[in-house]
Amino acid sequence: MAAHTLTFPITDPAEILELRAGDEVTVQGEIIGIRDRTQIRIFDQGVEPPMNLEGAFLLHTAPGVRKLEDGSYEKVCIGTTTSARMVRFTEPLGRRYGVRAICGKGGFPDEAIAPMHELGMVYLAIVGGAAALETTQIEAIEEVAWEELMPECLWRFRVKDFGPLTVGIDAHGNSLYHDVQTRAQAKLEELFARL
Amino acid sequence: MPEAVATDLQHAVEDAAARLYVWALKDIPQDLRDALAEARLRETSIPGKRVLETIHKNVNVADRENNLVCQDTGIAVYHARVGELFPLHPARIYEGLRDGTARATVDHPLRSNAVHTISRENTGPNIGYRLPIVHWEFVPEWDGLDVKCVPKGSGSENMSFLKMCVPADGVAGIKRFVLESIVAAGGKPCPPGIVGVGIGGTADYAMYLAKEAIMRPVGTRNPDPLVASLEEELYGLLNETGIGPMGLGGDVTVLQCHIEHADTHMTLNPVAVNYQCWAARRASAHIGADGSVDYDREF
Repeated sequence: MAAHTLTFPITDPAEILELRAGDEVTVQGEIIGIRDRTQIRIFDQGVEPPMNLEGAFLLHTAPGVRKLEDGSYEKVCIGTTTSARMVRFTEPLGRRYGVRAICGKGGFPDEAIAPMHELGMVYLAIVGGAAALETTQIEAIEEVAWEELMPECLWRFRVKDFGPLTVGIDAHGNSLYHDVQTRAQAKLEELFARL
Repeated sequence: MPEAVATDLQHAVEDAAARLYVWALKDIPQDLRDALAEARLRETSIPGKRVLETIHKNVNVADRENNLVCQDTGIAVYHARVGELFPLHPARIYEGLRDGTARATVDHPLRSNAVHTISRENTGPNIGYRLPIVHWEFVPEWDGLDVKCVPKGSGSENMSFLKMCVPADGVAGIKRFVLESIVAAGGKPCPPGIVGVGIGGTADYAMYLAKEAIMRPVGTRNPDPLVASLEEELYGLLNETGIGPMGLGGDVTVLQCHIEHADTHMTLNPVAVNYQCWAARRASAHIGADGSVDYDREF
């Protein structure tokens, strides 16, 4: 299992193809915070996002922040939410907007495997609940769009040494979650026989 | 009706709630730190070790930076153990807990999660209709009040399960359902955590007991030896599933399995599962009849 450092937004999609399920990834550059209501607005209500998502790294988050007098935001505690609720947006995020990496916690179900394979995207697993550490890796909140959805706005963060992340689903059709579930289902049959 | 006036004792409860909520979010209890350390030693998978190392680092960063362990400030859940002779009525204890929760949320500030369940509009600083939630226990011939604050995150609360097994399913049916539930939950509830199981009673009470189970210090055992041995057995079986830390595969799927039980109807065999993520936040205080507050008491 290799270790990689990637800078987002990425300019060369081939970098995504180098990642394999189980690999470790550290991220530099700019990432975009997004969540349920943000994606419902884009895809169900048809509102174009006011940020460029080409080559982007999306983070499933709803940060805790403090608003300063000049209207900007200061981080308080920024962590990651459960991804599975938002799996249906994977395909249009990749096809329409060129998103390359989706980062969250808990994994995506199998329906994300095919679009990620086809479109050259990856799912990167963060450690859920490890928000104190994550907050130190976010250097600045650079832009906030759709403030009325607070805290489920569209956020642009500048990060340094963001991670460690684990490639949960790669762009080659492999998913750690699928493999773990397959083995666990077989194990359950064995355990049930012992009860 | 005469107007009720908040007393000094109600203010003491409010102060305690405000402090407990923030304390719980920042400083995880020692029993949990020990369980996570033991998990780190035991895990052999590479992604699993990476997750447990990161958790360890995160807990240390939260200590050092005086920050929240997890950004999800949860739903504020309290357990209040009220002495018969404690000189403040539970109606006022509730107001104190509610006002303390709101004050901590505004003052810190903490992320406010409370919304109306239909309109989804925010209802206030982590308070709302029937929020916070309080589990009550009443103790005869005692003049104290114990308050435990358990901020419950949604990632793990979403992984709650209920099955009305039939008596013919027996204890095997209970074990089977708990195992199936934890495998189905996979990485979503931020494993390795505490699996709370409620058995017996009625459907609603089994779920209530499952929540009681996750509020216990990690690794404490049910006083009934029959139930305690089921806790041990399920703990072992759950860790054989291979789900692993954050569902990425590994040896440590759960830190513990706690079970609370109630006697039930001869035709019932309810089993409820409530998951508590690895960030099993918990803080407690004892409040005396004179308004004194001792924050060191864990229960």
